[in-house]
Amino acid sequence: MPSALINVPKKAKRGDVIEIKTLMSHIMETGYRHTASGDVVPRDIITSFTCRFNGIEVFRADLYPAIAANPFITFFATVTESGKFEFEWIGDKGFSETASASITVE
Amino acid sequence: MRIALCIALLTAMAGAALATEISLDQRRSGYSFMSADTKAMQDEDTANPGMLFVLDGEALWKRKAGSADKACADCHSDARVSMKGVAAHYPAFEKTLGKPVDLEGRINLCRSNHQQASPFAYESRELLALTAYVAQQSRGVPIAAGDDPDLAPFVEKGHALFVQRQGQLNLACANCHDDNWDKKLAGSPITQGQPTGYPLYRLEWQALGSLQRRLRACITGIRAQAYDYGSPELVELELYLMTRARGMPVETPAVRP
Amino acid sequence: MANSEHTRRTFFGLTGGAAALVIVRPVDATPAMLSAAIRNVVGEANVRTGKVKLDIPPLVENGNTVPMTVSVTSPMTADEYVKSIHVFNEKNPQPNIGNFYLGPRAGRAQVSTRIRLADSQKVTAIARLSDDTFWSATADVVVTLAACTEEAI
Repeated sequence: MPSALINVPKKAKRGDVIEIKTLMSHIMETGYRHTASGDVVPRDIITSFTCRFNGIEVFRADLYPAIAANPFITFFATVTESGKFEFEWIGDKGFSETASASITVE
Repeated sequence: MRIALCIALLTAMAGAALATEISLDQRRSGYSFMSADTKAMQDEDTANPGMLFVLDGEALWKRKAGSADKACADCHSDARVSMKGVAAHYPAFEKTLGKPVDLEGRINLCRSNHQQASPFAYESRELLALTAYVAQQSRGVPIAAGDDPDLAPFVEKGHALFVQRQGQLNLACANCHDDNWDKKLAGSPITQGQPTGYPLYRLEWQALGSLQRRLRACITGIRAQAYDYGSPELVELELYLMTRARGMPVETPAVRP
Repeated sequence: MANSEHTRRTFFGLTGGAAALVIVRPVDATPAMLSAAIRNVVGEANVRTGKVKLDIPPLVENGNTVPMTVSVTSPMTADEYVKSIHVFNEKNPQPNIGNFYLGPRAGRAQVSTRIRLADSQKVTAIARLSDDTFWSATADVVVTLAACTEEAI
């Protein structure tokens, strides 16, 4: 199972804008490389990343082969209540991974 | 054009006499030659892609393997305690073999002897991950390889390889990394070649890689035939480099361009 | 005449051979591909310069992993926010780098990632605001060739 690293503060004050950092293990094979014998190395990338907070989408991204291996994506979110961030990566060859992180809002 | 430039520069270097070893106060990690952006990637664990491999290694540490059905943790329990400082002493002398083994070699010996499992292939994700997890437990610990007197002849062999000219460019490691580390080759700084952060994440590789991989790429770069993975020459070079970096803190998993 | 005919045949023969080698390298995106990719996002709307800040090192150590941050000047309120940020390049095999969809819940219109640049080139970020206006910023990046890289796979 591929590893993911998520950085979400454990606590925040109501209305805070927090930074979320995500790092997902993936080769991001572009589909533009060739082996020494000339065969195309088939594309194998993550195509979509979604972050939801308590079920509601807060951030989403479409990724292309120009995103570096082991995609690192950081963004922001306003928190108004305690709850759970859920992250989902979807890609070629049936790739589908999830992770989550909880935050307490005071 | 790039090759022509390299050859011009390297020919200039080839004229210089070999200098002595870099003194302790002059030793500089490859980190200090990097841009602020690349340093930032290493500085924060959640931004360092090498940490993904460390996480994989942590999972492997606890996973039972082989016909002995034992995990690393079954003998060594908590790596954060048992493996602290260990990587700073590798390559280490292995009495049963009468020669030094590097950390990758030690892990594979453990697999064959104690787990009765097949060794991991060099540069496999598993071997890199487990090595990175073990080495990360020594992060910040000063490198102290080569203390064992049994290692002395092997350190000397590694040193001999380091200063021996070879390949079509007729260059020794020392020509760049002892004599010209404050200069540039094409656009890139020539570093001292201090192996402080292996296995490390190279932006070029877009993956974690071992010191042996780096040495093989260097040797190919001077147009010499690279030694095979696991060969005594590569382990001796690793050993010499680690003694040459004595006192420098372990950075695993480092990030390099 | 016979001689020049012979020369022409030799010439075509050589170019045929060269073409067979060239396909091993992916072709760069053409300016037409880049403008088509941008049209796909903005339609017929006018794209103005401003509001968007594109932070990317002007000189990078390795084109395989280039850190990039896009931020947009916006209060990020329910009425006035950034809907999306789209990043394009000039000379990779494909013009798109990524599309990032935000909303008022994002709090701050800023996204960072790491990208691949096959060569020195321009990178353009376009933001779509909640009033459906488009704003952009462009940066030039020089990708240096490292001296000691490994051979390709």
